[in-house]
Parts: sequence; structure tokens; C-alpha cells
Amino acid sequence: MADVVLQPNRAATAKTARKRSSLHNALRRKSTVAFLMTLPLILLIALLVIYPAFYAIHLATLNKSMQRFIGLSNFEFLFKRETFWLVVKQSCIFAITAVIFKAVLGFIIAHFVHNIPARGQRKWRGMLLVPWVIPPAMSTLAWLWLFDPSYSAFNYTLGLFGAGPIPWTGDALWARFSVILVNIWVGAPFFMIMYLAALKSVPEQLYEAAAIDGANWWQRIWYVTLPMMRNIIAITTLFSLIVTFANFDIVRILTAGGPLDHTHIFATWAFRVGIEGSDIPLGASVSLFMVPILAIAAIFILRDVNKRGNEA
Amino acid sequence: MTTVTIDKATRTPKVKYGSMSRDRAWALRWSYFFLVIFAIFFLTPPVYMLITSLKSSAEISAATNPWWVFHPTLENYTSLLTSNQFLRFFWNSAIVSIFVVTITMLISVPAAFALSRMRFWGSATLATGVFLTYLVPETLLFIPLFKMFAVIGDFTGIQLINRWYVLLILYPTLTVPFCTWIMIGYFASIPKELDEAAIIDGASWFQTLTRIFIPVALPGLIAATIFAFTVSWAQFLYPLVFTTSTDQLVMPVGIITTLIKGDVFNWGQIMTGALLGAAPPLIIYAFLMDYYIAGLTAGATKG
Amino acid sequence: MADVALRKVVKRYDDVEAVRGIDLDIADHEFIVLVGPSGCGKSTTLRMIAGLEDISDGDILIGGDVVNDVPPKDRDIAMVFQNYALYPHMTVAENMSFGLRLKHYPKAEIKARVTEAARLLDITDLIDRKPKQLSGGQRQRVAMGRAIVRNPKVFLFDEPLSNLDAKLRVQMRIEIKKVHQKVRTTTVYVTHDQVEAMTLADRVVVMNKGRIEQIGTPNELYHKPATRFVAGFIGSPAMNFIPCRLEDVGGTLQIRLTDRIAFALPPARAARYNALPRTEKLLLGIRPEHLTESHAHLAPGVETFDTVLDVTEPMGMETLVYFGLDGTPVCGRVDPNAGAKDGAPMRLAMDLNNMHLLNEETGVVL
Repeated sequence: MADVVLQPNRAATAKTARKRSSLHNALRRKSTVAFLMTLPLILLIALLVIYPAFYAIHLATLNKSMQRFIGLSNFEFLFKRETFWLVVKQSCIFAITAVIFKAVLGFIIAHFVHNIPARGQRKWRGMLLVPWVIPPAMSTLAWLWLFDPSYSAFNYTLGLFGAGPIPWTGDALWARFSVILVNIWVGAPFFMIMYLAALKSVPEQLYEAAAIDGANWWQRIWYVTLPMMRNIIAITTLFSLIVTFANFDIVRILTAGGPLDHTHIFATWAFRVGIEGSDIPLGASVSLFMVPILAIAAIFILRDVNKRGNEA
Repeated sequence: MTTVTIDKATRTPKVKYGSMSRDRAWALRWSYFFLVIFAIFFLTPPVYMLITSLKSSAEISAATNPWWVFHPTLENYTSLLTSNQFLRFFWNSAIVSIFVVTITMLISVPAAFALSRMRFWGSATLATGVFLTYLVPETLLFIPLFKMFAVIGDFTGIQLINRWYVLLILYPTLTVPFCTWIMIGYFASIPKELDEAAIIDGASWFQTLTRIFIPVALPGLIAATIFAFTVSWAQFLYPLVFTTSTDQLVMPVGIITTLIKGDVFNWGQIMTGALLGAAPPLIIYAFLMDYYIAGLTAGATKG
Repeated sequence: MADVALRKVVKRYDDVEAVRGIDLDIADHEFIVLVGPSGCGKSTTLRMIAGLEDISDGDILIGGDVVNDVPPKDRDIAMVFQNYALYPHMTVAENMSFGLRLKHYPKAEIKARVTEAARLLDITDLIDRKPKQLSGGQRQRVAMGRAIVRNPKVFLFDEPLSNLDAKLRVQMRIEIKKVHQKVRTTTVYVTHDQVEAMTLADRVVVMNKGRIEQIGTPNELYHKPATRFVAGFIGSPAMNFIPCRLEDVGGTLQIRLTDRIAFALPPARAARYNALPRTEKLLLGIRPEHLTESHAHLAPGVETFDTVLDVTEPMGMETLVYFGLDGTPVCGRVDPNAGAKDGAPMRLAMDLNNMHLLNEETGVVL
């Protein structure tokens, strides 16, 4: 013992004497190192997110051939087009309906999963999250095939009961329904997982205390579960609102905006106008209309996330 | 009040308890009943993919019961897996995803470390900025980015549009902010004393990151990697906009643009392609479910 | 090994002074404990010695060298943290050898040092386990082992026992003392627990509000506190402070506690306090153990008085009695068989040979 521990640490002493540098230098070095470590991130955000966002505003003020500044004429043009207002209406209906159903369905399923014995929960959770895991473009193809005008498996099944056939993607109303249905199918599992995590974080004693106070099952949900989950419900809903509002894959593959533009939403119409129609300025103008609602949702999310941070 | 309660409890304890457990049993039965219904709803499309992929074109157009395979065949699989074009899509997807995951990790892990541990001027603002960037959808940026890259091509002669590697520049805008954000959360949950102990033990910042933080936050790193991979694999809009030649396409776009020829839908092959396209994320999910779910919930629960 | 010196060390955060000019000389091999309530600057002081916080003003010397600008890794110190700060992904052996491996020590020497430290701390069997598989006490030993293998000039302990339960804390306290007796490394130990401070330290440094109140051996602090803060902080139950004033009655110096109660001071005390102005507001400091039940034969300097007890707390080997003197709550320690009862009158004896007299305004012990 004595050999090892009491041996004077000569090497280290010598090193201390040599390696003397100003702590302020070290601090300056530390923040320089930190800055360098974040530099790729900063460049990425600046060049590929912030710059294009402002570039979109610039593009929106040009004419179709991008030669001439035309101010707000693109927007004036949009406001006069019936299709634009159709897209605004459909985007809102699509996003709000889908998010509400996803949230409610997710909440219900999360409760059922939470109800069953803990052993089986993993298995069920694993199964129910599958729609979220499959790339949406791929699963929408399956829906497209399920909705096929001549070979629809749903219509075949309905036919057995003497109902249908339903024009799933052929009729404006049914097409809107189908698009929303697929979106719910993709998104509800995400809500389920988030709510399940939140449910697990509610202390069991609160339910026991509520039960002793004489609360029945819905009072327990109303007075214990919902208040405890409020923040996560808000964050998840707002987040889903952004993603749903900006959705592209499902509508593009399922209906491509049809029939007669009756399922177009901002993203798909911007693609149709800007890329397929080669009118980049007009496409940019269309996509810019997503900004206000996204910004509002983002502000609220940020507030809630920060609040969560403070609680912890 | 007290007497009443005691009275009730002593008189009918057994009945009360019995009804409680009967309620429980019924609640459980209903839970299973609805879970089965939801599971059917959620699993129908993938199962139907599988069913269709095992059918020949003849059986598909024969309008028999669509929910059953009468003459199972692997011909859709063999024709796709021997098609150079399809293998090219798969290869492109794999290369793009692997590169994007690597790039994402190289950018976001050091950045998250710096943002969670080395306070510097503007670091709090930057962390918030990262989160906001994560909320910016790709549908907002694809038009200006398309024009930007076209302009870059015109000025420098570097052709980026219709080249698969343009996706290596585009995808990180979707993966890096989220991965940085959840890594900040994971790093922030490591106690401060751990890096102080490492500093006293003589570790440099770089050694603290590689030998302490990365191993300790490994679950977070795996979750972030899975996220980056699934996002790159599933991305549809960017490749649809930026790539058009069949040898530059990735899986999702390739399947949709080449297997659907005008109005002719070869559903057997489309479903097979879709299933093969969904397979890598599904396989990863099957094996690393807990990490996958941890990453999913981390976005809202950490930070 | 080395001595450590702090010269007028100041730590400012923005506009708050956490440490306000500390002077401290720690001799080679010495075991120093910094003690004080939370927020008194003791941990900040330790972290400045470690180099984890930079110094706003003043100098820190280790082994005679100014280390103000030396990064922690080159200060040749080792630190044990409150939450142990063991690397969760490394085994015990890897945890202990991490610092040596970073410095590229030869493998054989690393192994020798780890084995030796493990033997010293009695954790040889745990060497291949991960921290998760260890109990709190074992983790604490590993954290100490990590410090020992480095063979540093100075050990720094930052409240190392506060995460342990009471029984284990006593055990580990003895363990730390034993280790120090064997390795004799200069040690600076921070705690808020005055019992830990008293039992471990060669010298205790009592800190309050960023300043040093008093430095001394445990016995000095207990018997000769310099200030009201030290007198009240060291010892449990705490010292009683009773407002009083001095009076001259028939040539003898008296101390008056209430209208009814006044005692003549013993000659030694009278000589010491005679010069004080009689008008000054004073506090009588008396520890509970010097307030006992009355006996038939009392030593000189022990005075009796009658009071009515408010509450009694039987502790087994003694009974604590609480009563009021003109509204000031006072605690005494009496024999369990002395017949103390809640609300009952009792005659108590105050040992004035062990009294302290404090200036009420400045808190200085006179």
C-alpha cells in the first residue's frame, strides 16, 4: 500500500508547472470549442431552413417566369381564384377533423391499453403502433388498393351485407372522408403512445385518493387524469396540428387532390401549381399561407414545452 | 358519519368487494373487446398488403374473395427482387438513409453536447431555435429549396437536381433538429457531477463526450438513430420533387412512379413493393421497439 | 501531498458575493472540515480549490504554487461527490482507473493501484460490478477508491455522506477517518452536519454567509465559540441564549435574567466581565447540559432557580426539559429519574462555570 500511494507524484508536479495557462484563455477556448461544435447545426439551419423561408417570400413576389417583381399580385390572383378558397376550406376541415379524431381515438385506446394487465401491454402497444411505423407513402398505397373503384375489398365486404358500393375516392365528400380516415389511421397510434406515457406518469396514489373520496370512473378521468395530462395533450395536439396541416403524402397518393380539386390541401396544391405547373412563385405563395397557423401552433407548443421544463 | 361508514363496511364487506372485482372483470373484457377492434382497424392495411402480394394478377382480377389467397405465389417477390430497377431503388434508399443517419449524428451529437453543457453566448436561443426548426414542415420549404438548387446549378455548374445525393443535403433539415433536441434532453439528464468528475480525472471536453456522454446516453443515441433512419427511409416529398430519372429514385417514389403506369395498376407488384419498402422500418421497430417509443415520446417529455 | 492555502479568496456571481474573502491555511496531512448552513459558501470554496469554479479575486495555493489558472486536471486533486458521480457504464475497476488510463499509466501500475485501493476499502469482491449493482455505501467506497488510486496531493469531499441513511453514515464516517489515517493525504471535507465535522476534523472551519466565522479544533469550537453563530451551530440541542444584564449588588457582580432570577457570578467570571458597561444588552449563552436538576450538594458556581416546565422529552439516557424565562424558550438536560413532568414545577441548577456572555448586537462572545 505505502509504496503505491505514498510515492510522490513527480510527473504530475512537473506537468502542473509547465502547463500553466490563463483560465480566461481556457474559458475563451471553451466557448470557441462549443461554438465550433454547433457550427454545422447553425449553418444547416441558416442555409437550409431560414434562408429558404425568406427566399420563399422573395419568390412569392415574382411573376411566373421569375423575371419581374410584381409585389402582391400573386396573392391577389389567389384571392380571386375559387380553387384557392376551396383549398383553404379543405385544409382546415382536414386538419381539424383529423386531429380531433386522432386525439379522441388515441385517448380511448391508451385507456384500454392502460387498463389491461401490465404483462400484455407491451404486445398490444407494439401492434397498435404499426401504422405509425410504416412509411405513410407505402401504407397509403394499401389504402388506395382497399379503396380501388373496381376491386375495393371494403366494397366487397359491404356487398356481402347488401350495402355499397361506396365511391371511396371518386366522390368529393367520400374522398374527403377517405383522406381523413387514412390520416387518422396513421396518426392515432402516435397519440396513443404519447397518452400512454402520460397515463403511466400519473401517480397511482392520486387514483386511490380519488377513489377514497368517492369519485366514480369518469370523475377520476375528469378530475385526475385529464388535469395531469393537460400539458402532454396540448403539446401532442398542437404538434399533430402542424404535421396534419402540412400533410402531403396521403392526399397526394390517395387522390392527388381530386376529384376536381376537392381534396387538395395547401401542400398538395402548392406542389401541383409550383412543381407540376412550373409556376414556382405561385406555388411559393400558396405554401406561405401555411405559415400563420403553423406559427401560432409553434408558439403555443414552445410555451407548453418550456412549462414542462420548469415543472421538472 | 363515522358510525354509518363502519356499519356499512361491517355489514356488507364481501358483497362490496365482490362487486368491485366483478366491475374490474367487465372493464377488462370490454378493454380487450375494443382493443381487438382497434387492432383489426390498424392492421388491416398491412395485412391486406401481404395478402395481395401473394396473389397472381389473374387471381386479383378474378374478383374472388379479396381477403383470402386461394393460390399463393411468390412470383411478385421474385419479379421485383430480380428487377434491376427495383433493386436500384432499394440500394438508393439504403445508401441515402445510411449517409443521412451518419451526417445527422455527426452534426447533432456534438451540437447537443455543446448546447446542454457548454453555456455560451446565444446557446439558449439556439436551443429554442433548434426546436422551432423541428416544427417547420418540409412542405413549406420544398419550393424555395428547389429553386435554390436550380440556381446553384446554373451558377456553379454543380448539378444537384435529379441526383440522389441532393437528398443527403435535404434530409438533415428534417432529422438534425429533432435528433439534436432529444439528445439535448438526454445529455441534460446526465448529472453535472459526472462531467466534473471526468474533468478532475483529466478528461478533455472531447474525451468527456466520447468516453462518458455517448456511452451513458446510448439509449438516446439509439432512439435518435432510429428516428433519423425512419424519417430518411419514409421521406416522399423531397425525392418526388428533386429526383426524376429512374436510376436516381428512392423506394417510395420509385414504387409509385414506376409500378403505376398510367391507369394500369399492377396491384400485386405494388403491394409487394410497398411491403418491401415498409420492411426495414418494421424490422427495426420489431427489434428495438423500446428505443423507438422512447425516441417518439422524448420530443415532448424532455427539454 | 501538499499544503493548501487560500488568500483573500472571493467568488462573485454577477452581483452576488458567494464567498467574501477567505483566508485559510491547511497543513500537509491535515483533515479540514468546512461546515455551515446551506448557502454559506462552503461548497463554492471547495469547488474553487478543485478548479471547477474560477476565482473572482484572491489566490489559491496548492503545495506552494498558485493554481488560480491551472485547470482541474493539472491541479493533482481528487474529489468525492455527494451523488458519487460514478460512471454508470463502467465497472468498479474501470471507474477507479479512468483517470490513470487517461494519463496513460502503465497497465501493471494501474492494476496494482486499483487492487491496493480496493483492498484498503474492502471492495475487492465488487471490482467487476457496475455501479447500478452496488448499494449506497458501496458506491461511496468506490468513489473514495477512485480518489485514492490517483494518489493526489489533496482529497476534496463534497458532502459525501448526505445521501446515505443515518446508520450507514456513522459507519462510513469511521471508514473515512480510517482511510485518512492510512493514506494521510491532505483533505478538505465539506458538510452541513456538525456531528460529521466534529468527529472527522483535525480542524473545523465554520462558515456563514460567505465568511469564515471561526477556525479551530472540534473542542475549541465547542467550548470556546467565538461568535453567537458558532455557539448556536455547534452542539445539539443548541445552546440557549437568554437576554440578561450585569448588576453590582453589595460589591459582587450579578447577572440578572428575569425580575426574579439573578445569580452571583463565580469569581473567575466576575473578574473577566467586570470591565463591561452595565448598560450593555447581553445574552447569556448556556448549553442544555449545563442546565440540570438540582442536587443537595452543589459545586461552587452552580446556582439554582425554580421554574415550571412546558414540555419534557425523555431520550432514555437523559430527559430534555423545555421552559420559558420571560418568554425566551430554554432547554435543559436532566436525569431521567429527576421527576420532570410536563407542566410541573421543578428546581433546576445552572452551571455558571460554563457560561458564555455575548454582546446581543454584535454576536461576539465576550
